[in-house]
Amino acid sequence: MTTSHFVASLADSTTRLRRNKDAGFLIVLWTSLLLAIITLATLVINTLISGVGSLSPDFLTWFPSPFPEDSGIQSALFGSLWVTLTSGVVSLILALGTAIYLEEFTNPNSRLQRFITTNIQTLAGVPSIVYGILGLAFVVRGPLGWGFTVGSAAATLTMMVLPLMIVATREALKAVPSSLREGSYALGATRWQTVYRQVLPAARPGIATGSILGVSRALGESAPLILLGALAYVSYNPTGFDSDFTVLPLLIFKWSTEVQEEFRGLAAAAIIVLLLLLFAMNLVAIIIRDRSRIRW
Amino acid sequence: MFVESLVPSDVSTSPDSLAASILKPMSSVAQNSPSDGSLGHTVLAAREVNVYYGNFKAVQDVNLNCYRGQITALIGPSGCGKTTLLRCFNRMNDLIPGARVEGSITYHGIDMYGQEADAGEVRRRVGMVFQKPNPFPKSIFDNVAYGPRVNGETNKKRLEEIVEKSLRGAALWDEVKDRLDSSGLGLSGGQQQRLCIARTIAVEPDVVLMDEPCSALDPIATARIEDLMQEIKSQYTIVIVTHNMQQAARVSDRTAFFTTEINPDSDRRTGRLVEVDLTKKIFSNPSDPRTEAYVSGKFG
Repeated sequence: MTTSHFVASLADSTTRLRRNKDAGFLIVLWTSLLLAIITLATLVINTLISGVGSLSPDFLTWFPSPFPEDSGIQSALFGSLWVTLTSGVVSLILALGTAIYLEEFTNPNSRLQRFITTNIQTLAGVPSIVYGILGLAFVVRGPLGWGFTVGSAAATLTMMVLPLMIVATREALKAVPSSLREGSYALGATRWQTVYRQVLPAARPGIATGSILGVSRALGESAPLILLGALAYVSYNPTGFDSDFTVLPLLIFKWSTEVQEEFRGLAAAAIIVLLLLLFAMNLVAIIIRDRSRIRW
Repeated sequence: MFVESLVPSDVSTSPDSLAASILKPMSSVAQNSPSDGSLGHTVLAAREVNVYYGNFKAVQDVNLNCYRGQITALIGPSGCGKTTLLRCFNRMNDLIPGARVEGSITYHGIDMYGQEADAGEVRRRVGMVFQKPNPFPKSIFDNVAYGPRVNGETNKKRLEEIVEKSLRGAALWDEVKDRLDSSGLGLSGGQQQRLCIARTIAVEPDVVLMDEPCSALDPIATARIEDLMQEIKSQYTIVIVTHNMQQAARVSDRTAFFTTEINPDSDRRTGRLVEVDLTKKIFSNPSDPRTEAYVSGKFG
């Protein structure tokens, strides 16, 4: 330890130690990233190799059947679109309403607000199978008794996705600087004008990203639908909310448990289609986000 | 510029006793004119005002008048409640959960916090410019047109006129007239603040409150805002909070000095108005030794 202002070198043992720690930390980060990427890549490449042979225009237009050679996914594709879009639209509307109410219209310190927040966060972490049980008891049978239809599947997935979407939408609203709200109020705008004209447009990228992630989850979910009493080999497209249907994840699950080896390839091909759908949805989210991004 | 009520015209339709009670103070306004003729008409008047955030008393016993065509500066050390008081003048504190105002604040003799006063209407008449420029993430045109639009103006031609007039009023028109469609966020800090002033005067307020409007700006931009304040002050009643004593001395006609006092019960600081007088007097010959100490730089 010297008090002199003249230093002999620009590095001593402590700086070297700090630099080594820095490098070590970087290695840990890289390793985690690499592990994640390798795992994902292995899965995707494996699926591509075993599924690409079964992909053809016929695969998309034919209906599922117990015979691998003339099986396709048309009804599952349409079923997935019906269920996902319905639950996506319904949960987006409900999530927007809930999040706007909680973020913009209630006192964040009130007991009611904290109670609701805690509950929603818990619900967002509930395993999907539990929503399946709920759907089975209350929607398929029970009070509603809709049977295994597009409507009951959409309702079940909505229950599952809604808490996630509320949390994501609230985060997006929270990220809007309060100076924006103050500027609007200071010009005599009402609360609703401020929300509708300033807060929502500013929060749109975050809301879009959050909702599409929620919808993606609904698209890929199979567990709750299996519990509802799923059919896999449905040879017609859904015609309405009260019609029978199947979805891609169900068909993939069914095919991968069949004995014949040919079904494995079909399952892999269906996974590729599902991945492409998910990819397309995420692309839409990214485009919306970049288009309406605000640089503060 | 006289006002009949703080209720939007479409709300205060019934000419019942309530409406009559709003109108009544009007006559007393004239009688209230200060004996010193030079002060002009009292636009804002705070009487025995206490402001609380929950249980915490932020400002205590404020009595203050703001006169038409004058700039009133609020100065004092940090935490003395200048901004808190300023935000009471257009009910912005309503937005803070737990904030509460005691005493009376009147606008042309009408109780701003009375049952008949609508917070939105108060804010339209009493505009505010904030410490940090906060243009909306919209085009320059839409920034200025926002106020008229939320207050019901839909005529495109009329909006264009208002936007041009307001931008000229804020000395920004020549710099932005060719790019009204580009984002307000793309302007420099000083231009953004002038855009916020244009936005504020677009709704034709009577009072403009400014909360340290130059603290985020460089000296050149500050000088432009100060010049602008002098240009527009004849049409408005301006109240400015500033940390910069030279600024208060330069721009204001009257200055109110606030200080903090430790509350013996809670050991927390409460703001208190020490004195309010002509700016010249405050900076040369104040009545209170605490003001003298502050303006001469001995504390704060």
